Amino acid sequence: MLSVRDLTVSFGGVKPLDRVSVEFGEGVCGLVGPNGAGKTTLFNVISGFAAPAAGEVEVDGVSLLGLAPHQRARWGLRRTFQQEQVIHMLSARDNVRLAAEELGGNADEADRVLDFVGVARTERRGSELSLLERRLVELARAVLAQPKLVLLDEPGAGLVDEETEQLAGLIRQIPERYGAQVILVDHDMELVSAVCSALAVLDFGRLIAVGSTSEVLADEEVKRAYLGDEVLL
Amino acid sequence: MGTIAARLPRTRPSAATLLGAGLLVAVALALPALLSPFWLRAFTTSAIFAIACAGVGLLYGRLGVASLGQIALVGVGGWITLRLGHATSVPFLVLLLIAGGGTCVIGVLVGLPALRLSGLNLAIVTLMFAAAFAVVFNATGFPDGGDGFLGRATGSEQRLALERPALGESDAAYFRYVLIVTALMFGLIAAHLRARPGRQWAAIRQSEVGALAAGVDTTRSKLLALVLASFTTGVAGGLLAANAGVLDPGNFGPQESVILFAVVLIGGAFSLLGAVLAGLLLEAFPSLLSDLGVEGNLIFVVFGLGLIHAISTAPEGIAGQLQGLLAGRRRREGHEGDA
Repeated sequence: MLSVRDLTVSFGGVKPLDRVSVEFGEGVCGLVGPNGAGKTTLFNVISGFAAPAAGEVEVDGVSLLGLAPHQRARWGLRRTFQQEQVIHMLSARDNVRLAAEELGGNADEADRVLDFVGVARTERRGSELSLLERRLVELARAVLAQPKLVLLDEPGAGLVDEETEQLAGLIRQIPERYGAQVILVDHDMELVSAVCSALAVLDFGRLIAVGSTSEVLADEEVKRAYLGDEVLL
Repeated sequence: MGTIAARLPRTRPSAATLLGAGLLVAVALALPALLSPFWLRAFTTSAIFAIACAGVGLLYGRLGVASLGQIALVGVGGWITLRLGHATSVPFLVLLLIAGGGTCVIGVLVGLPALRLSGLNLAIVTLMFAAAFAVVFNATGFPDGGDGFLGRATGSEQRLALERPALGESDAAYFRYVLIVTALMFGLIAAHLRARPGRQWAAIRQSEVGALAAGVDTTRSKLLALVLASFTTGVAGGLLAANAGVLDPGNFGPQESVILFAVVLIGGAFSLLGAVLAGLLLEAFPSLLSDLGVEGNLIFVVFGLGLIHAISTAPEGIAGQLQGLLAGRRRREGHEGDA
């Protein structure tokens, strides 16, 4: 279970995260909020790409803060990015195999996760893949080699409805199939409400709500800060 | 897992590679008999600088690291070879290894902090490094058989040239010796490109953040590239030192470093063929102009135009264009075969 305690990030005088404390339960949890709320910054701190000024990040009681990003990845923390990071000069299959090589997996496992996400073991290069295929290749890399925690940063961005549904179906399966906890950041609230059992909401670097998805979506402060009048339930 | 490397562009052991190896053997055997001493020396130094160009290409083409200080590392390798060559009777091949190792130490000491930078900042820092070494080389000179740490002959002491290895005493023999060492250095680089380091470098060049998230220890991976580029460049310096037996500090300045980087861009930073072409551009092409009686400074105009061409229309350099032409021809032949 991912636990964040009193986490503060300071860039000069700006605090993208201000004493954020939250525990994410098992399964798929959502992290939502308006642009600039601190969602990606929180992912960056958890995955080691940003250092906090104060606070603690633990998974099952183990602190992650002393580890470099690649060490966290090898430990079992997987991450995707808003700007997908598929290697253009390699095929989809080789993109996943390369990650398997670094993360302690093997070629068979790489093929299995590609089958899971439904991307044929294509020889097309990353630069020749569609946006959905690139997102799926990233998802395949994220579930490689016994992940413990999977952070998905706006995996649905730029996808059409049918593609988002396909993605949602896959994300839902990750906890049971791979034994990993999933945290999802996305602005597509249909995707978020479809796959997340619990939500945490950030606004201007502060945690303003946390709870089950239905509770949070009905929260008046969350509506004021982020959702507006959007009806999701 | 081995199939990944095979799909990395320009690392597949193709028919072209085998053809290249065959050409190398043919060149080594036939060229010395066909060339005048002037051209033999030009091609010898071309082969030596092709190694240095391969180091530049490795750092820039594979990692995106624009190092403008590589010529200084050639000088460091040359300095170590001259100093130990005059002071000891260590076999030349061992001298080359020591020169490569010593240059590694210097290259890593200077390069590792610089690797925390990127883009223009890195280029300027490495250029300043080249300038600093040029000052040191000019102040101390290269060893010429004297005593003391610097190995400089003073007063009435005779200035000595370093002897070539027994297997390469004549110009023709040394040309073959240099070709063999060049092939070994290229093989060393190619072996890394085809293995896990090459795949890590491909990931880092695409996105360092993405590589880290995929579990790549980017610092270690960059360090390995730096070690490899420094080692091979140091060996090139050792070969250069034994070529004429002496080195001129004036040949290791920042201007030479910039030109070295420019010819790598023109020849092609993404393949070893590009390094060969860059070596020829750097050393054989000026000889051609000189042979034709053309003003020597015209070479800068040619390099300038070549650089503009490479940046605007051929980012993979002449080598990329040649490989593109070959690939297009193979595709056309394939279509005709299908028809």
